[in-house]
Amino acid sequence: MAIVFEKPKALTDAVLHYCPGCTHGIIHRLVAEVIDELGIEGKTIGVAPVGCSVMAYNYFTVDFVQAAHGRAPAVATGVKRSDPDNIVFTYQGDGDLAAIGTAETVHAAARRENITVIFVNNAIYGMTGGQMAPTTLPGQVTQTSPYGRDVSTVGYPVKVCELLSNVDGAAYLERVAVNNVKNIRNAKKAIKKAFQNQIDGKGFSLIEVLSTCPTNWGMSPEKALTWLEDNMIPYYPLGVYKDITAEKEAE
Amino acid sequence: MSDMVLMKGNEAIAEAAIKAGCRHYFGYPITPQTEVAAYMSKRMPKIGGTFLQAESEVAAINMVIGVASTGKRVMTSSSSPGISLKSEGISYLAGCDLPALVVNVQRGGPGLGGIQPSQSDYWQAVKGGSHGDFHNIVLAPASVQEMASLTVKGFELADKYRMVSMILADGTMGQMMEPVSLDIESTFNVEKPWAVTGTKGERKHNIVNSLFLQPEELEKKNFERFERYKLVEANEAMYEEYLMDDAEICVVAFGITSRVAKNAINEARKQGIKAGLIRPITLWPFPKAALYNAADKCKAFISVEMNMGQMIEDVELSIRCKKPVHLCCRTGGMIPAPEQVLAKIIEVNEKEA
Repeated sequence: MAIVFEKPKALTDAVLHYCPGCTHGIIHRLVAEVIDELGIEGKTIGVAPVGCSVMAYNYFTVDFVQAAHGRAPAVATGVKRSDPDNIVFTYQGDGDLAAIGTAETVHAAARRENITVIFVNNAIYGMTGGQMAPTTLPGQVTQTSPYGRDVSTVGYPVKVCELLSNVDGAAYLERVAVNNVKNIRNAKKAIKKAFQNQIDGKGFSLIEVLSTCPTNWGMSPEKALTWLEDNMIPYYPLGVYKDITAEKEAE
Repeated sequence: MSDMVLMKGNEAIAEAAIKAGCRHYFGYPITPQTEVAAYMSKRMPKIGGTFLQAESEVAAINMVIGVASTGKRVMTSSSSPGISLKSEGISYLAGCDLPALVVNVQRGGPGLGGIQPSQSDYWQAVKGGSHGDFHNIVLAPASVQEMASLTVKGFELADKYRMVSMILADGTMGQMMEPVSLDIESTFNVEKPWAVTGTKGERKHNIVNSLFLQPEELEKKNFERFERYKLVEANEAMYEEYLMDDAEICVVAFGITSRVAKNAINEARKQGIKAGLIRPITLWPFPKAALYNAADKCKAFISVEMNMGQMIEDVELSIRCKKPVHLCCRTGGMIPAPEQVLAKIIEVNEKEA
């Protein structure tokens, strides 16, 4: 009998701890499929963040380091510099990457550090129970913005791909979403390219993945997918923000 | 005798680290340790190593974590305010049982403090200095030669016990030049089967991690770690004794103050006062036994420090308060003069008669 669907080899048998409807599971799967397809399982090293995906190290069959909050790009820099032949990726949420780890993110990009960053943006701090994130939308209600994010007092969301597109060192930046089949397929393509870039020595590649948090958004998983489509994508437009490989081809 | 070269203490640390097989250095400029980074930036590219000037002390220590996770010898250096920034990473190194070398060329504090030599990070260094239950191995050089030899020793102890070794120097040690022999090497090496090097499809994945959500599991980890610390305390305490055979006044000092103290002790001897010195070389583990034994024959102790009196607590604990312990100190970047220490020795000798 032909097997049409199976678990990627790069995922362990551990049961994911994520909430029902959370899209981390999809993103984990996409990363694992890419690791399988590129045949890099034996030389890939992941760096886990602090946040919902803190225990990513339990779910991938590759070597892993668990980093302090926001420091994953710095830890990944050390891992990569130790053996540049290894493939090193970080998997980070929005609080980790765009608030406490802003400096590490910007400077890893500025150095064109040859690593791959998977940036999961769900507009909220999930692990600590739904507080305002650097990516929380204007007006969005969270535990620490109970009257809605008031930009006149707490300021505006950070648009990571747009911000990093001004950093000369960044090699490839793309924003994708995992709210429907078409977008999931595009997300996988982008993630695969971000890993391939590292194999080819192109340097810092970051894929921002718009993701849902049904639990802390207070919605059903299905409604969360619609909310992402209606609210997040207009504020965080999908697409390629920088691609030095395409620039070179165009020349 | 091997060839001697004239070098700054900071440079001696850098060259000794290279001799010890360290090929990865991550730093950030801060006075008075910047020569370590400058030296590494010249040498590392020539020998296939990594020198990286990080965006912050925080980033630098996390890059150290990255390399340490792969099992290679790695170091960073800084001075007091920078060490505070690194303290988060030092706790993670301890929690992940990762070996690494951290150098603190101390300056006066608190806050931005000053840039003159100090020993005021003693508590921070020997009591852990960051959140959680842990210790660092703390080595206190008192010469440029020891800046080199203790750097090599630090890497070896770090590997042996899977701990952070810290060189606790001060601005004087970092900046002063002395003849030094760099005919040194590290012969101690251990296997690191726990390192993240890529599974190569040959083993289960390795995880370098300090998160243990089950308290029973975390307690077990800490118990195991402190069993290792007991071995360090039993086997690795280092100290120097100077004129202690018949000493009645025991001066305790480390680093640059120990050299000032020796001058004062020599002068006191000329005046007929039987003074001696115990110089802790490891500040953690503290040479408790040497001090405890000295308490039986000495009538008083004097702790000479460049801070408001931090090591003095460990002296009192080591001798179980069997004899009086006096403090002789300067702070804020000031170095005690031999005359000040001598005056204290004379005063204590008369008082404790």
